Amino acid sequence: MLLDFFQHLRKAGLPVSTTEHLVLLEGLSKDVGVLDLNRFYLFSRLCLIKDESLYDRFDQVFKDYWAGREAAFDLNIDNIPDDWLKLANKDALTEEQKAMVEAMGGWDKLMETLAKRLEEQTEEHHGGSKWIGTRGTSPFGHGGFNPEGVRIGGPGGQGRAVKVWEQRKYKDLDGTRELGTRDFKIALRSLRKLTRDGRQDSLDLDGTIRATAQNAGMLDIKMRAERRNTVNVLLLLDVGGSMDYHTALCEQLFSAARTEFKHLEHFYFHNFIYEKVWRANNRRHNDTVSVPELIRTYAKNYRVIFVGDATMSPYEVIAEGGSVEHWNKEPGAVWMQRMQQHFAHCVWLNPEKNDYWDTTPSIRIIRQLMQDRMFTLSVNGIQDAIDTLKTPISPIQLNNGADT
Amino acid sequence: MSTPDYIITDELQQAVDAALALERPLLIKGEPGTGKTQLAIEVADRLDAPLFQWHVKSTTRAHQGLYEYDAVSRLRDSQLGDERVKDIGNYILHGVLWDAFTSDQRAVVLIDEIDKADIEFPNDLLQELDRMSFNVYETRETITAKLRPLVIITSNNEKELPDAFLRRCFFHYIEFPDKETMGNIVNAHYPTVKQDLLKSAMDVFFDLREVPGLKKKPSTSELLDWLKLLIADDLPADALGSDELRTVLPKMHGALLKNEQDVHLFERLIFLHKQRQR
Repeated sequence: MLLDFFQHLRKAGLPVSTTEHLVLLEGLSKDVGVLDLNRFYLFSRLCLIKDESLYDRFDQVFKDYWAGREAAFDLNIDNIPDDWLKLANKDALTEEQKAMVEAMGGWDKLMETLAKRLEEQTEEHHGGSKWIGTRGTSPFGHGGFNPEGVRIGGPGGQGRAVKVWEQRKYKDLDGTRELGTRDFKIALRSLRKLTRDGRQDSLDLDGTIRATAQNAGMLDIKMRAERRNTVNVLLLLDVGGSMDYHTALCEQLFSAARTEFKHLEHFYFHNFIYEKVWRANNRRHNDTVSVPELIRTYAKNYRVIFVGDATMSPYEVIAEGGSVEHWNKEPGAVWMQRMQQHFAHCVWLNPEKNDYWDTTPSIRIIRQLMQDRMFTLSVNGIQDAIDTLKTPISPIQLNNGADT
Repeated sequence: MSTPDYIITDELQQAVDAALALERPLLIKGEPGTGKTQLAIEVADRLDAPLFQWHVKSTTRAHQGLYEYDAVSRLRDSQLGDERVKDIGNYILHGVLWDAFTSDQRAVVLIDEIDKADIEFPNDLLQELDRMSFNVYETRETITAKLRPLVIITSNNEKELPDAFLRRCFFHYIEFPDKETMGNIVNAHYPTVKQDLLKSAMDVFFDLREVPGLKKKPSTSELLDWLKLLIADDLPADALGSDELRTVLPKMHGALLKNEQDVHLFERLIFLHKQRQR
């Protein structure tokens, strides 16, 4: 049954691994996170999910999977070993607690109550707050940091009528959502990963001292590679037309990206890449840069990121003269392929939700052209895009079909 | 047994229990001011275990937590002809994990703000945290934990941690306390606070956190500081503005809003609000 649950999580795209599943089983075999679905929920989340942005998705899968299967947990209640109850050691209680126990009608009465509570528990599952005694007085309940880690008793005293995973508290943290300002910081963290590729030689002072010392005082100079931000980025942003709606988002990405890289160049295009791009949007008609010049100016190691919604007429991509603004002698697809031949490390970020991707013909075409290197402009999408940027796009022939 | 001014939620407690039972490192994330660091101190206190703290900085290297070989001292000593120089063991400085591993009692190790360090840092500690042992190359010894310590790691989400590292940890995200929990926390710190003052202060505080676009949301510690000021001045509750919608900057707002832009933003909001009321 748990294996099934595990599969469900994997299917929902949660990165749970076998190791983590085994830990979960190990925990259950040691009676951690058993007896109560709430406790199982917390424990499984603790084991399996390592990112708060995935909490929400986990909650949903958990809800889907365990709805109607709660009975599996109730059955276990009957099987509480007697030892557990005996474990309760009267002497371990403080005077104050003892007084409270007396107030409940003495020790035996308390045990009786406990038994009754357990019984109720089999019938009514959600009564988490009723579990085993009042807070702090039930030694088998609220044990503080019990070294054995075994706590029956759930949330003693503190009621929790609503199942935690149904509240979807972590919705705001879900990474598949579109980007907000907070999320940009997270997204840029993944860009930072890229910036650590570079290496440069410099004197390793510590190493030199160490080597010299090991060399009995004879000077031994060590060099070492230094981490350096050598990643160059060329950002090509779609403006105007259907992108207006997304412009604010793109500008945010742009301004955020600017601080991350020393060599960040940006250009604008409209809808698709043709022979010209421009640097400043307000001077788009008199200050253009031709794409061949772009290819000559920037070295092959530039990472190229296209940002655009790729939503247009398919002719704008595949046909000569398809551009909405001017007569293009060659179809945009050819220009795109030229770009790719030079800038093999390229991706396309699309602010449109990928639900629409399959139904918009131009997106399908461009995606094909980008060899599936198109990602959503969300935290996860950027993450994937950055990973993809590390590998070059496989070479394509310029002379297939559309070439003039 | 528990120190009265640290309130631990049930979820968190269960996370700690599980980490103890299964002897896995516990990774704690959460907003600043939710008591991540304090947790380790508290757990150590409740378990009556020795606590070893390792505060990570951007320059911290993984091996510094294990041991360091002080080559410079040895170099100096060799020039002076010191006898100690012959034994390399004299120049091995123990790190936090070394001390924790060799502790006779189960120890609690706090690795604070692990995300501040270099991106490779967590990877360099994988084996050590997994097997709880490491080799000392200089002396060819292996240090193995007598009792696996409880390792509590905190992160502020500045860098992402590698998957391999995450797989070996338990993960718990401390949420920002809700009003009820916050009430408990405040009461634990200032048991004598006037309840009506507390209530209106909390209202202001949670309203403030809702203000969109604040650069730095006030956190628990800021609320506590602020309350301290309010209590010291012995302000009545209605001094904070009793109406539902705020029309003035809260008293002593400097304790809550720590940056000029936020104060300006807040003033603007109040201004807009006043205009709307007219």
